[in-house]
Amino acid sequence: MTPARHLSTRSLIVIGLALSAALAGVLSFYASSHPDGLEFVARTLGFEHTAADHATGSSPVADYAVQGVDNARLSGGLAGLIGIVLVGLVMFALARLLRRRSNDA
Amino acid sequence: MHVPDGFLDAPTSAATAVVAAVGVAAALRGARRELDDRTAPLAGLVAVFVFAAQMLNFPVGAGTSGHLIGGALAAVLVGPFTATLALTVVLLIQALAFADGGLSALGTNVTLMGLVAVWGGYAVFLLARAILPKRVASVPIAAAVSAFVSVPLTALAFAFLFSVGGQAPIEFSTLAATMVGWHTLIGLGEGAITFLAVGAITATRPDLVFGAHGLLTARELEIRTAASV
Repeated sequence: MTPARHLSTRSLIVIGLALSAALAGVLSFYASSHPDGLEFVARTLGFEHTAADHATGSSPVADYAVQGVDNARLSGGLAGLIGIVLVGLVMFALARLLRRRSNDA
Repeated sequence: MHVPDGFLDAPTSAATAVVAAVGVAAALRGARRELDDRTAPLAGLVAVFVFAAQMLNFPVGAGTSGHLIGGALAAVLVGPFTATLALTVVLLIQALAFADGGLSALGTNVTLMGLVAVWGGYAVFLLARAILPKRVASVPIAAAVSAFVSVPLTALAFAFLFSVGGQAPIEFSTLAATMVGWHTLIGLGEGAITFLAVGAITATRPDLVFGAHGLLTARELEIRTAASV
Protein backbone atom coordinates (compact mmCIF):
# COMPACT_ATOMS: atom_id res chain seq x y z
CA MET A 1 0.00 0.00 0.00
CA THR A 2 2.69 2.51 0.96
CA PRO A 3 6.14 2.50 -0.59
CA ALA A 4 8.61 0.28 1.29
CA ARG A 5 7.08 -0.51 4.65
CA HIS A 6 10.22 -0.53 6.77
CA LEU A 7 8.85 -1.60 10.11
CA SER A 8 6.13 -4.16 10.82
CA THR A 9 3.41 -3.22 13.29
CA ARG A 10 4.62 -6.00 15.57
CA SER A 11 8.20 -4.65 15.59
CA LEU A 12 6.95 -1.12 16.22
CA ILE A 13 4.87 -2.25 19.21
CA VAL A 14 7.71 -4.37 20.65
CA ILE A 15 10.20 -1.49 20.31
CA GLY A 16 7.69 0.94 21.82
CA LEU A 17 6.95 -1.34 24.75
CA ALA A 18 10.68 -1.91 25.38
CA LEU A 19 11.28 1.84 25.36
CA SER A 20 8.35 2.40 27.76
CA ALA A 21 9.69 -0.33 30.06
CA ALA A 22 13.10 1.35 30.06
CA LEU A 23 11.52 4.73 30.86
CA ALA A 24 9.30 3.44 33.68
CA GLY A 25 11.68 0.77 34.96
CA VAL A 26 15.04 2.54 34.82
CA LEU A 27 14.92 6.21 33.84
CA SER A 28 12.10 7.00 36.30
CA PHE A 29 14.68 6.79 39.12
CA TYR A 30 16.27 9.94 37.75
CA ALA A 31 13.00 11.87 37.46
CA SER A 32 12.76 15.19 39.31
CA SER A 33 11.38 14.80 42.82
CA HIS A 34 10.28 18.41 43.00
CA PRO A 35 6.52 18.96 43.42
CA ASP A 36 4.69 19.07 40.10
CA GLY A 37 3.06 22.24 38.77
CA LEU A 38 -0.24 21.74 40.60
CA GLU A 39 1.41 20.77 43.92
CA PHE A 40 3.74 23.74 43.65
CA VAL A 41 0.90 26.17 42.95
CA ALA A 42 -1.13 24.65 45.81
CA ARG A 43 1.84 25.18 48.12
CA THR A 44 2.49 28.74 46.88
CA LEU A 45 -1.12 29.87 47.15
CA GLY A 46 -1.71 27.99 50.39
CA PHE A 47 -4.32 25.37 49.56
CA GLU A 48 -2.05 22.33 49.69
CA HIS A 49 -3.45 21.43 53.15
CA THR A 50 -6.88 20.73 51.63
CA ALA A 51 -5.53 17.51 50.07
CA ALA A 52 -6.81 14.45 51.90
CA ASP A 53 -4.96 11.19 52.53
CA HIS A 54 -5.29 8.87 49.60
CA ALA A 55 -7.91 6.14 49.80
CA THR A 56 -5.57 3.61 48.17
CA GLY A 57 -2.50 4.81 50.08
CA SER A 58 -2.00 1.32 51.51
CA SER A 59 -1.78 -0.31 48.07
CA PRO A 60 1.34 -2.52 47.69
CA VAL A 61 2.60 -0.16 44.96
CA ALA A 62 1.34 3.15 46.39
CA ASP A 63 3.41 6.18 45.38
CA TYR A 64 5.32 4.13 42.79
CA ALA A 65 7.22 2.09 45.36
CA VAL A 66 6.84 -1.65 45.91
CA GLN A 67 6.16 -2.31 49.57
CA GLY A 68 8.86 -4.38 51.25
CA VAL A 69 11.53 -3.59 48.65
CA ASP A 70 14.02 -1.31 50.37
CA ASN A 71 16.25 -0.44 47.43
CA ALA A 72 14.68 2.73 45.99
CA ARG A 73 15.96 2.06 42.48
CA LEU A 74 14.55 -1.47 42.46
CA SER A 75 11.32 -0.56 44.24
CA GLY A 76 10.47 2.31 41.89
CA GLY A 77 11.54 0.42 38.78
CA LEU A 78 9.45 -2.61 39.70
CA ALA A 79 6.44 -0.39 40.41
CA GLY A 80 6.87 1.19 36.98
CA LEU A 81 6.99 -2.20 35.28
CA ILE A 82 3.93 -3.38 37.21
CA GLY A 83 2.10 -0.26 36.06
CA ILE A 84 3.07 -0.91 32.46
CA VAL A 85 1.73 -4.46 32.64
CA LEU A 86 -1.55 -3.31 34.24
CA VAL A 87 -2.14 -0.44 31.80
CA GLY A 88 -1.09 -2.63 28.86
CA LEU A 89 -3.38 -5.52 29.81
CA VAL A 90 -6.41 -3.23 30.09
CA MET A 91 -5.79 -1.04 27.03
CA PHE A 92 -4.68 -3.77 24.59
CA ALA A 93 -7.76 -5.81 25.58
CA LEU A 94 -10.11 -2.82 25.34
CA ALA A 95 -8.79 -1.76 21.92
CA ARG A 96 -9.03 -5.34 20.68
CA LEU A 97 -12.61 -5.58 21.92
CA LEU A 98 -13.71 -2.31 20.29
CA ARG A 99 -11.89 -2.60 16.95
CA ARG A 100 -13.62 -3.12 13.64
CA ARG A 101 -12.87 -6.59 12.32
CA SER A 102 -11.47 -6.64 8.80
CA ASN A 103 -13.30 -9.90 7.97
CA ASP A 104 -16.91 -8.83 7.41
CA ALA A 105 -18.45 -12.03 8.68
CA MET B 1 -1.59 17.65 37.23
CA HIS B 2 -3.21 14.83 39.19
CA VAL B 3 -5.81 16.33 41.51
CA PRO B 4 -5.79 14.65 44.95
CA ASP B 5 -8.84 13.98 47.10
CA GLY B 6 -9.96 16.99 49.08
CA PHE B 7 -9.07 19.85 46.73
CA LEU B 8 -12.61 20.07 45.37
CA ASP B 9 -15.87 19.75 47.32
CA ALA B 10 -18.20 16.77 46.90
CA PRO B 11 -20.75 18.42 44.55
CA THR B 12 -18.00 19.58 42.16
CA SER B 13 -16.29 16.18 42.27
CA ALA B 14 -19.63 14.49 41.59
CA ALA B 15 -20.39 16.86 38.71
CA THR B 16 -17.02 16.18 37.08
CA ALA B 17 -17.60 12.45 37.60
CA VAL B 18 -20.83 12.76 35.59
CA VAL B 19 -19.04 14.72 32.87
CA ALA B 20 -16.28 12.10 32.80
CA ALA B 21 -18.77 9.21 32.65
CA VAL B 22 -20.65 10.79 29.74
CA GLY B 23 -17.34 11.50 27.99
CA VAL B 24 -16.04 7.95 28.45
CA ALA B 25 -19.37 6.47 27.29
CA ALA B 26 -19.17 8.60 24.14
CA ALA B 27 -15.53 7.56 23.69
CA LEU B 28 -16.44 3.87 23.94
CA ARG B 29 -18.80 4.39 21.00
CA GLY B 30 -16.57 6.73 19.03
CA ALA B 31 -13.43 4.61 19.41
CA ARG B 32 -15.11 1.84 17.41
CA ARG B 33 -14.79 4.06 14.35
CA GLU B 34 -11.14 4.86 15.07
CA LEU B 35 -9.87 1.37 15.85
CA ASP B 36 -9.40 -1.43 13.37
CA ASP B 37 -7.22 -4.54 13.17
CA ARG B 38 -4.21 -2.48 12.14
CA THR B 39 -4.43 0.38 14.63
CA ALA B 40 -5.73 -1.39 17.77
CA PRO B 41 -2.23 -2.45 18.98
CA LEU B 42 -1.01 1.16 18.68
CA ALA B 43 -3.76 2.21 21.13
CA GLY B 44 -2.34 -0.24 23.68
CA LEU B 45 1.18 1.05 23.13
CA VAL B 46 0.09 4.69 23.45
CA ALA B 47 -1.54 4.04 26.85
CA VAL B 48 1.59 2.21 28.08
CA PHE B 49 3.89 4.97 26.81
CA VAL B 50 1.77 7.70 28.43
CA PHE B 51 1.90 5.84 31.76
CA ALA B 52 5.69 5.45 31.51
CA ALA B 53 6.27 9.06 30.43
CA GLN B 54 4.07 10.38 33.26
CA MET B 55 6.57 8.89 35.73
CA LEU B 56 9.29 11.12 34.33
CA ASN B 57 9.00 14.48 36.03
CA PHE B 58 11.31 17.01 34.43
CA PRO B 59 12.45 20.12 36.35
CA VAL B 60 10.97 23.44 35.24
CA GLY B 61 12.85 25.68 37.65
CA ALA B 62 12.33 27.17 41.12
CA GLY B 63 11.78 23.77 42.70
CA THR B 64 8.94 22.80 40.41
CA SER B 65 8.61 19.87 38.05
CA GLY B 66 6.20 18.73 35.37
CA HIS B 67 5.48 15.60 33.43
CA LEU B 68 3.76 14.67 30.21
CA ILE B 69 -0.04 14.59 30.19
CA GLY B 70 -0.11 12.88 26.80
CA GLY B 71 -3.63 13.88 25.80
CA ALA B 72 -2.67 15.62 22.57
CA LEU B 73 -0.05 12.96 21.80
CA ALA B 74 -2.61 10.19 22.11
CA ALA B 75 -5.28 12.09 20.14
CA VAL B 76 -2.94 12.62 17.19
CA LEU B 77 -1.65 9.04 17.16
CA VAL B 78 -4.85 7.03 17.71
CA GLY B 79 -7.74 9.52 17.45
CA PRO B 80 -9.45 11.60 20.17
CA PHE B 81 -12.07 9.03 21.25
CA THR B 82 -9.45 6.31 21.70
CA ALA B 83 -7.19 8.87 23.40
CA THR B 84 -9.90 9.60 25.97
CA LEU B 85 -10.05 5.86 26.71
CA ALA B 86 -6.26 5.54 26.91
CA LEU B 87 -5.93 8.45 29.35
CA THR B 88 -8.85 7.09 31.40
CA VAL B 89 -7.17 3.68 31.70
CA VAL B 90 -3.89 5.32 32.78
CA LEU B 91 -5.64 7.55 35.35
CA LEU B 92 -7.72 4.64 36.66
CA ILE B 93 -4.66 2.43 37.27
CA GLN B 94 -2.74 5.37 38.77
CA ALA B 95 -5.55 6.17 41.21
CA LEU B 96 -6.35 2.56 42.15
CA ALA B 97 -2.88 1.02 42.37
CA PHE B 98 -0.41 3.88 42.77
CA ALA B 99 -2.37 6.36 44.94
CA ASP B 100 -1.62 9.00 42.28
CA GLY B 101 -4.65 11.24 41.81
CA GLY B 102 -7.53 10.95 44.24
CA LEU B 103 -10.28 8.32 44.02
CA SER B 104 -13.08 10.84 44.56
CA ALA B 105 -11.11 13.09 42.18
CA LEU B 106 -10.96 10.42 39.46
CA GLY B 107 -13.84 12.08 37.58
CA THR B 108 -12.06 15.42 37.88
CA ASN B 109 -8.81 13.99 36.55
CA VAL B 110 -10.53 12.18 33.67
CA THR B 111 -12.38 15.40 32.83
CA LEU B 112 -9.17 17.46 32.90
CA MET B 113 -6.68 15.10 31.25
CA GLY B 114 -8.94 12.67 29.37
CA LEU B 115 -11.35 15.26 27.99
CA VAL B 116 -9.94 18.82 28.17
CA ALA B 117 -6.33 17.93 27.30
CA VAL B 118 -7.36 15.37 24.65
CA TRP B 119 -10.12 17.29 22.88
CA GLY B 120 -8.64 20.75 23.42
CA GLY B 121 -5.35 19.42 22.12
CA TYR B 122 -7.03 17.72 19.18
CA ALA B 123 -8.88 20.92 18.22
CA VAL B 124 -5.59 22.87 18.22
CA PHE B 125 -3.98 20.06 16.20
CA LEU B 126 -6.67 20.27 13.50
CA LEU B 127 -6.25 24.04 13.37
CA ALA B 128 -2.45 23.86 13.16
CA ARG B 129 -2.59 21.11 10.53
CA ALA B 130 -4.96 23.22 8.42
CA ILE B 131 -2.51 26.13 8.49
CA LEU B 132 0.66 24.11 7.87
CA PRO B 133 1.59 22.64 4.45
CA LYS B 134 -0.44 19.54 3.56
CA ARG B 135 2.40 17.12 4.19
CA VAL B 136 2.96 14.23 6.57
CA ALA B 137 5.99 16.13 7.90
CA SER B 138 3.59 18.78 9.26
CA VAL B 139 1.93 16.26 11.59
CA PRO B 140 4.62 16.18 14.34
CA ILE B 141 4.84 19.99 14.26
CA ALA B 142 1.08 20.42 14.57
CA ALA B 143 1.09 17.76 17.31
CA ALA B 144 3.82 19.61 19.25
CA VAL B 145 1.92 22.91 19.04
CA SER B 146 -1.30 21.24 20.19
CA ALA B 147 0.51 19.49 23.07
CA PHE B 148 2.08 22.78 24.17
CA VAL B 149 -1.30 24.56 24.22
CA SER B 150 -3.13 21.65 25.88
CA VAL B 151 -1.19 21.96 29.16
CA PRO B 152 -2.02 25.60 30.11
CA LEU B 153 -5.54 24.96 28.78
CA THR B 154 -5.95 22.06 31.20
CA ALA B 155 -4.44 24.18 33.99
CA LEU B 156 -7.02 26.89 33.24
CA ALA B 157 -9.80 24.29 33.40
CA PHE B 158 -8.55 23.23 36.85
CA ALA B 159 -8.55 26.86 38.00
CA PHE B 160 -12.15 27.14 36.82
CA LEU B 161 -13.17 23.99 38.73
CA PHE B 162 -11.38 25.25 41.84
CA SER B 163 -13.22 28.58 41.62
CA VAL B 164 -16.48 26.61 41.57
CA GLY B 165 -15.76 24.03 44.27
CA GLY B 166 -12.30 24.59 45.72
CA GLN B 167 -11.92 23.93 49.44
CA ALA B 168 -9.92 27.12 50.02
CA PRO B 169 -10.79 30.75 49.24
CA ILE B 170 -8.35 31.50 46.42
CA GLU B 171 -9.23 34.20 43.91
CA PHE B 172 -9.83 32.80 40.42
CA SER B 173 -7.64 35.35 38.64
CA THR B 174 -4.68 34.65 40.95
CA LEU B 175 -5.04 30.89 40.67
CA ALA B 176 -5.59 30.98 36.90
CA ALA B 177 -2.56 33.21 36.32
CA THR B 178 -0.28 31.08 38.54
CA MET B 179 -1.51 27.76 37.12
CA VAL B 180 -1.29 28.92 33.49
CA GLY B 181 2.12 30.50 34.08
CA TRP B 182 3.79 27.35 35.42
CA HIS B 183 1.97 25.05 33.04
CA THR B 184 3.05 27.09 30.03
CA LEU B 185 6.61 26.15 31.00
CA ILE B 186 5.60 22.51 31.50
CA GLY B 187 3.85 22.73 28.11
CA LEU B 188 7.23 23.25 26.44
CA GLY B 189 8.27 19.81 27.69
CA GLU B 190 4.94 18.37 26.62
CA GLY B 191 5.46 19.80 23.13
CA ALA B 192 9.01 18.46 22.87
CA ILE B 193 8.13 14.91 23.99
CA THR B 194 5.07 14.88 21.73
CA PHE B 195 7.15 16.07 18.77
CA LEU B 196 9.65 13.24 19.29
CA ALA B 197 7.04 10.51 19.85
CA VAL B 198 4.72 11.51 17.00
CA GLY B 199 7.75 12.20 14.80
CA ALA B 200 9.15 8.71 15.42
CA ILE B 201 5.89 6.94 14.53
CA THR B 202 5.18 9.26 11.58
CA ALA B 203 8.66 8.60 10.18
CA THR B 204 8.35 4.82 10.39
CA ARG B 205 4.65 4.05 9.98
CA PRO B 206 2.70 7.14 8.85
CA ASP B 207 -0.14 4.86 7.75
CA LEU B 208 -0.90 4.06 11.41
CA VAL B 209 -1.05 7.70 12.55
CA PHE B 210 -4.62 8.93 12.94
CA GLY B 211 -3.67 12.57 12.51
CA ALA B 212 -1.94 11.81 9.18
CA HIS B 213 -5.05 10.39 7.53
CA GLY B 214 -5.75 12.18 4.28
CA LEU B 215 -2.25 13.62 4.06
CA LEU B 216 -0.81 10.22 3.25
CA THR B 217 -3.09 9.71 0.24
CA ALA B 218 -2.06 13.06 -1.15
CA ARG B 219 1.59 12.16 -0.71
CA GLU B 220 1.17 8.80 -2.39
CA LEU B 221 -0.42 10.44 -5.41
CA GLU B 222 2.49 12.85 -5.58
CA ILE B 223 4.99 9.98 -5.62
CA ARG B 224 3.14 8.07 -8.30
CA THR B 225 2.99 11.16 -10.51
CA ALA B 226 6.70 11.70 -10.13
CA ALA B 227 7.44 8.05 -10.87
CA SER B 228 5.36 8.02 -14.06
CA VAL B 229 7.14 11.04 -15.55
